[in-house]
Amino acid sequence: MVDQIRHMCVGINQILEQIHGFSRRCLFRVISMGPLPIHLAFIMDGNRRYAKKQDLEDGSGHKAGFSALMSMLQYCYELGIKYVTVYAFSIDNFRRKPEEVRSLMDLMLEKIKSLLDKESIVHEYGIRVYFIGNLALLSDQVRAAAEEVMQATAENSRVGLLVCVAYNSTDEIVQAVKKSCVTKLDRDMETIQLVDIEENMQMSVAPDPDILIRSSGETRLSNFLLWQTGSSQLFSPDALWPEIGLRHLVWAILNFQKSHSYFEKKKKKQM
Amino acid sequence: MLSLLSCFLSLLSFLVHSCIRPWTQAKISLKDEKEIDEGTSYVAGEEETPKGLLREQMPRHVAVIMDGNRRWAERAGLLTSQGHEAGAERLIEFAELCFKLGIETVSAFAFSTENWGRHKIEVNCLMSLFQRYLKSKIHFFQSEEIRVSVIGNLEKIPESLLGTIKETEEATKRYKKKHLILAIDYSGRFDILHACKSIVKKSQQGLIREEDVDQTLFERELLTKCTEFPSPDLLIRTSGEQRISNFLLWQLAYTELFFSPVLWPDFDKDRVIEALVSYQSRERRFGCRI
Repeated sequence: MVDQIRHMCVGINQILEQIHGFSRRCLFRVISMGPLPIHLAFIMDGNRRYAKKQDLEDGSGHKAGFSALMSMLQYCYELGIKYVTVYAFSIDNFRRKPEEVRSLMDLMLEKIKSLLDKESIVHEYGIRVYFIGNLALLSDQVRAAAEEVMQATAENSRVGLLVCVAYNSTDEIVQAVKKSCVTKLDRDMETIQLVDIEENMQMSVAPDPDILIRSSGETRLSNFLLWQTGSSQLFSPDALWPEIGLRHLVWAILNFQKSHSYFEKKKKKQM
Repeated sequence: MLSLLSCFLSLLSFLVHSCIRPWTQAKISLKDEKEIDEGTSYVAGEEETPKGLLREQMPRHVAVIMDGNRRWAERAGLLTSQGHEAGAERLIEFAELCFKLGIETVSAFAFSTENWGRHKIEVNCLMSLFQRYLKSKIHFFQSEEIRVSVIGNLEKIPESLLGTIKETEEATKRYKKKHLILAIDYSGRFDILHACKSIVKKSQQGLIREEDVDQTLFERELLTKCTEFPSPDLLIRTSGEQRISNFLLWQLAYTELFFSPVLWPDFDKDRVIEALVSYQSRERRFGCRI
């Protein structure tokens, strides 16, 4: 009897999931009638506050955050967004308590390795994964895992996932400036152009983000994609990162579509 | 299912919000315009810290993207040039208020490199406005002891304006406590490129080594080297656009951002206080945990 009830519940769940998925795809069809962003960037803020709020143990907030990330990626790629960038770990975050940094690194290693699983989202959507940042600051294990994933997904070309780890924008800019100076050192320095710096940016593998979403209500960039988000629309929902969901993504895109026509008109006037 | 339902509700509220917002904004603009005419928007000479604000938590450097002059003029049935005039007047009032509240540096995005693409008449009008305002306000800056700096490419601006800029900077360079930085023909990317070229030049002259180039050294080569506090604590953008629009990209790494739907000429004292209250309520972590 108990088994029958359990089977029935599983069956009902499956039906509800299918209805949910179908409804979501219908909603995405409606939204796609307007202009869609090509590249979305996320600052995944609020994991620890979420754990505190839910009275969970340390580290659980980040695990919940990872689940939220996977759901968000699924929605983005289903909607047809080509690139997603996430701010996973900043260089500044190394200044946190050693036990928190260690726990984050362990979680990162586990999740990076899981990207290579056959059932992972990487294979489902044909994602090419990039790890952007000063990877030399990571432990050998995490760095090796990241490089393995980048290599394994190098042939994928449908969509891109850029994971910023051991990253900050001012570091990225200085490294790009150094590289462009080295290539131009034997020539007149006047020949250095914006495009020289740009092509040496680690983020040059993707176009600039159309929308930057920071969760938890904080409205600042925290040294993330400063060069690339000069023209991006900024959106900061109050929801903590593990609470982020479909409605926040939809709201961000609707706002993007609303200001897109005004922004395009402004750009055309200036051309 | 619940999240889908909340999506549809979001869509519905978005549509309602889109219809109502432009109407309420127009109402606000016309109401505040009346207040400006009646001269009640700022209280001259006030030094008392307004309620809800703590003097010791004032930002040291506030930056502003003064957006909305043209829309303001359109809604008020005025010419674009009158919108920019109102915007310039509002900037002076804004800077005065900030200095009275103990804020040491105010940066304003007056003209972006992208703005050269606007209609020639509007561009000429803006250049002439900058010149007229700077010239007419030199004595004011001197009496209030406000140092004025202009940052930007400056290669395309008229010679006469360049002359006035140099004159104003020279006349006010000795003042230390209040600093007004105007970004004219400025772009954050151009600023970074300019710093890059400066570093290469110094490297070629043997003044610095490549291995010495780090974030601190790089920051000293940016155009904001004219101030001790190149990074704003607070950036305000008016008119509802939520973008940085290529203003002070490097310098905004940890800046608190405040977006107001109010058009710039309507950004009165109450709005400034609202922005500062929001700033003082924020928890700044700089990547660490407090």
